[in-house]
Amino acid sequence: MLSVKNLCASIGEKQILRGINLEVRAGEVHAIMGPNGSGKSTLASVLAGNEKFTVTDGSVEFMGRNLLELSIEDRARMGLFLGFQYPVEIPGVTMANFMKMAVNEHRKFRGEEPLAAGEFLRMMREKSAVVELDSKLTNRAVNEGFSGGEKKKNEIFQMAMLEPKLAVLDETDSGLDIDALRIVATGVTKLHTAENATVVITHYQRLLDYIVPDYVHVLYKGRIIYTGDKTLALKLEKEGYDWLINDYKE
Amino acid sequence: MAEKEIIDNIEGEYKYGFTSDIETDAIGKGLSEEVIRIISAKKEEPEWMLERRLAAFRHWQTMKLPTWAHLDIPEIDFQDIIYYAAPKTRKKLGSMDEVDPELKRTFDKLGIPLEEQMALAGVAVDAVMDSVSVKTTFRETLAEKGIIFCSISEAIKEYPELIKKYLGKVVPHTDNFYAALNAAVFSDGSFCYIPKGVRCPMELSTYFRINAEGTGQFERTLLVADEGSYVSYLEGCTAPQRDENQLHAAVVEIIVEKDAEVKYSTVQNWYPGDKDGKGGIYNFVTKRGMCRENARLSWTQVETGSAITWKYPSCVLLGDNSVGEFYSVAMTNNYQQADTGTKMIHIGRNTRSRIVSKGISAGKSQNAYRGLVRVAKGAENARNYSQCDSLLIGDKCGAHTFPEIDSHNPTAVLEHEATTSKISEEQLFYCNQRGLSTEDAVGLIVNGYAREVLAKLPMEFAVEAQKLLAISLEGSVG
Repeated sequence: MLSVKNLCASIGEKQILRGINLEVRAGEVHAIMGPNGSGKSTLASVLAGNEKFTVTDGSVEFMGRNLLELSIEDRARMGLFLGFQYPVEIPGVTMANFMKMAVNEHRKFRGEEPLAAGEFLRMMREKSAVVELDSKLTNRAVNEGFSGGEKKKNEIFQMAMLEPKLAVLDETDSGLDIDALRIVATGVTKLHTAENATVVITHYQRLLDYIVPDYVHVLYKGRIIYTGDKTLALKLEKEGYDWLINDYKE
Repeated sequence: MAEKEIIDNIEGEYKYGFTSDIETDAIGKGLSEEVIRIISAKKEEPEWMLERRLAAFRHWQTMKLPTWAHLDIPEIDFQDIIYYAAPKTRKKLGSMDEVDPELKRTFDKLGIPLEEQMALAGVAVDAVMDSVSVKTTFRETLAEKGIIFCSISEAIKEYPELIKKYLGKVVPHTDNFYAALNAAVFSDGSFCYIPKGVRCPMELSTYFRINAEGTGQFERTLLVADEGSYVSYLEGCTAPQRDENQLHAAVVEIIVEKDAEVKYSTVQNWYPGDKDGKGGIYNFVTKRGMCRENARLSWTQVETGSAITWKYPSCVLLGDNSVGEFYSVAMTNNYQQADTGTKMIHIGRNTRSRIVSKGISAGKSQNAYRGLVRVAKGAENARNYSQCDSLLIGDKCGAHTFPEIDSHNPTAVLEHEATTSKISEEQLFYCNQRGLSTEDAVGLIVNGYAREVLAKLPMEFAVEAQKLLAISLEGSVG
């Protein structure tokens, strides 16, 4: 589904990704861990097409297409979803209105008719239940006045609405209390099928108690330096990164 | 998203830019007492009306163009304008079926439902083409309630007492340069009278259209809501796309008697000129209402058109406990200039006013809010709340605010809030990531920003205004 080869990216003069290789197949869950500043969020942003970053080398194939030459919105419409670490507020635009446009843009891309109002509302109700999001929130402006937990639930709600092929969740667990973490993580698990794939970026093993990864990658200084199975996360939790990164320190 | 690309993409196409091939009966260019006599004669006006026009004209000749606005106005040659143009009628019209089919097509293109659709929409429309009122629908239905809704020319002939009593009362011809010009040469417009205690059962609406070349349009609207009555009134305007600039100088006067309420909404979409600033309407409008005791006047405007807009719908809160409101969205793009706002004049006791102004500037445009809140000596416990927000798109446009507060009573409570913001790249990235194109995202964000004002419009027009905001921003973002 996603094939990343030797991906290099920079912001301004600063090189951040220095040759990422990653293969994600349908039905898989990947976790990307690593110390602060190693390039995890940058990888997510570059995949989504954020123009703050310049791709300097490498290639990315997504669903058989060259991802790097597609616009941000076409990547999204093809089924690439980014769960934001810091979701932005859009004052005055209701969630319902925002989602209706988003869902219908996705449908248009697939050559489908826009959803009728009734069907759309039913879908909103059904999907907001996945993350126990208060359905009243869908009448409020996008992320405006949402608590930290609500913002993260709202990201997963949008994922549920858009049914992506590949979801990249950037620190979706940060800033969540124990209950919210459980709700968000179970929500993600419920959405997982044999046809889609999830990449979770996280600092903590606790998220992976719910979202069990097939692979755990350690990203350091812009490269994936180690890949293991779910037990790697437990080891990292206990022992930290030192045993892995010592070789890479200058 | 690079800032440059955001800017490059705003240059919407004006979809009302067609002209209609209708024979017009126009007089030659220029302005003189003779021209005013011709206009008055063509309209078969009584002598007293001609006298009023001539008085206004003589006064106008002594006046100078106002230059205080934050506008760069090219010199206007007032002798190079046609002051009267009317669609030629083949014969007197008896029914809707007899309206010139070309004219009907024009109104169809504008989306104005002149016939059966009217009943469904529940809107009574007075359509003003170039200078004359073409057809007023729903007159019979309204007449049952004693409501008068007709062209001002008819009103002058049929209801001279009402016209003599109210015309020029709120905006006298001495008020300002353009008001004086209008008082001298106005050719048509709408008149509306709601009798005591009557709640007008439908939205009343006027559509203005400039069609003929080289003409100026000078409508006069007079709206009288008698004691305890209610009316919601909407005006819309469009014009063909032309390289020349055309002048529009209208006057709207509203009298809100004791316990009455008037909502006046405008969706102004005159041709704004092309992306290089060529052509477009010069829109110099005086709008003012006067409120008696417990009366309420609410102005809502969505201004997206015109090359130059100079407009300050105002409320004179004369009676105790009267309320004035002003809700405005003014959007400028390319080389458009707008200087718009309101005046709230508190004279009565316990008078309240509220101002919500949302400016949106894109392209190389200049957008100014100008407001005056005046509290007279006797206006005990007057209250005003003002909120002026500006949204900038790109870095070549300008947003300006000129709020003035002039209070002569220590019991007054006046609040003013202002913000300036930009559409952030993070917001655009977020929307893009959800599958929205940047253009749709900007339309959405702008509509969200303007929501508080759009919510004040009657439902069917709010939808129209939302689309209009999105269209006017087309091309502003890439």
